[in-house]
Amino acid sequence: MSSNEFYTLKVNGAEHQVSDAWIGESLLYVLRERLGLPGSKGACEQGECGSCTVYVDGAAVCSCLVMAASAVESEIATVEGLNTDGSLTDVQEAFVTEGAVQCGFCTPGLVMAVHHLLDENDSPSELEVKEALSGNICRCTGYGRIFAAVDKVVAVRKGAHQ
Amino acid sequence: MSVLIPHSILEASEILAQHPAATILNGGTDLMVEVNFNHRRPDSIVLLRNIAELRDWSTDAASGTITIGAGLPYAAIEKGEIARLVPALAQAARTVGSPQIRAAGTMGGNLGTCSPAGDTLPVLSALEAIVHLQSIEGARSVPFADFMVGPKRNSRQPNEVITAVTLPITEQRQGYSKVGVRNAMVISVASACFAIVNDTPRFAMGSVGPTILRAREAEAYLASAASNLNDITEEIAHEFGRIAASESRPIDDHRSTATYRKHAIGVLATRLALKGI
Repeated sequence: MSSNEFYTLKVNGAEHQVSDAWIGESLLYVLRERLGLPGSKGACEQGECGSCTVYVDGAAVCSCLVMAASAVESEIATVEGLNTDGSLTDVQEAFVTEGAVQCGFCTPGLVMAVHHLLDENDSPSELEVKEALSGNICRCTGYGRIFAAVDKVVAVRKGAHQ
Repeated sequence: MSVLIPHSILEASEILAQHPAATILNGGTDLMVEVNFNHRRPDSIVLLRNIAELRDWSTDAASGTITIGAGLPYAAIEKGEIARLVPALAQAARTVGSPQIRAAGTMGGNLGTCSPAGDTLPVLSALEAIVHLQSIEGARSVPFADFMVGPKRNSRQPNEVITAVTLPITEQRQGYSKVGVRNAMVISVASACFAIVNDTPRFAMGSVGPTILRAREAEAYLASAASNLNDITEEIAHEFGRIAASESRPIDDHRSTATYRKHAIGVLATRLALKGI
C-alpha cells in the first residue's frame, strides 16, 4: 500500500519524479506536460483514437485512460523509447517509404500498435492487421498505405531471416 | 486525494473497510473518461490492477464451472483456453472497444460500472453467472440477476471487492451478438446472448432495458415449440425473435431509438437461435 502525493514513474527505463501534480492526471498528460515526452498525442481523451498508445508492462494501452499515479509500479514505454540513438525503427522507416504519414498526428500511436502487433505475430493476416489497428484512427490516409507499410516490414524482416 | 495500491484481495478489503467512499480503479477505461472530462473528481482511489490473484482463472471439473478473476483483461478472455470453454463470453469480450481497451478493461470493471450496455453482462445473465465479492466481513456470492439492480447500479457494498465470476461450462451451443454503428470501438445499441444450458434455451438482452433482461416468454416458447434446439426452423426462430423483442423495454437516447432497438434485438434473437450448432 502506498500513498502518492509525489510519485516516480519508470518511463523508457529511466525514473522520472512527478511532483506538485494533481493525482488524477492521465499518464498521457503527465508524459507530455510534465516529463517532456510529447510523442504520445492526445486527441479524444477517452480511449477512442489510439494516438496516445504506450506500453504499460508490455501491454499496448491508451495512456489517456491510465491514471499516471496508478502506474508507479509499472514499466512504461513510449514512442520516444523505440529507438534511443535517433535513428528510425524499421516500422518508422516503412511508414516513411510507403507514404503512410500525411498529417502525422496518428503516426506515433500507429507505430506503437504496429510494433506491438509484429512483436506478437511476425506474419499477420490482413484481417489480423486490421483488427490490431482498429483502435488507431487515421483520418488522412484511408489506411491503405499504413497496411502497405506493415506488409513491407513483414517482408523485410522475413528477408533478413533468410 | 491519493492512490492506494494493495497487492492482495485481503489488503484491498482492509483498505476499503477504512475508506468505504474510495473509488475503485482497475483498467481505467470507464473511470478515466469521467475524470478526464471533469465529470468526476474522486477523493481517493483504490487501485486493483496490481493484485495478481484477481487475474487468476481456473476450472472445476466436479461442478463443471470456470471461475475467472475480476481483474483479467478482456484480451485474455477473447482467445485461448477461456474462449474454448466459454465461447459466448469470448465473443462478447472481442467486441469491447479496441485492442488497447481490451488490454486494460476487465470483467470486474464491467460489473462495477454495471451499464446496461456492458458487453459481457448479457453473457453473465444468460449463463446465470455467480459474482463473488470479498470484504473484511467475509466472502459473498451473488447470482448475476441479484447483482445488477438498475442502470449503473449493483448490489456491491462500498467495502466489497468484486473478486471473480463463476460460469458453467456447457457442451451445448452459445453465442453473442451486438449491434452498433460500426464494428470496432463501439458501445452497443443492442446486444444479446443465446445459450442452451441443460437442454433449456436462455436469452439475455443488453441495452434494451434498465438492466440486462431475460426474455422468459421467448425462452419458454422456444423450449416448447422446437423439437430440436440444434436445428430450429426459420419460422420458429422468427417467432422467438418477435416474442423476445416484445419483452424488451428500450428507450430513446443519444445512441439510438427505442423503435430501432426493439427491432434490432428481435433480429439478434432470430439470428442467434438459427446460428451454428
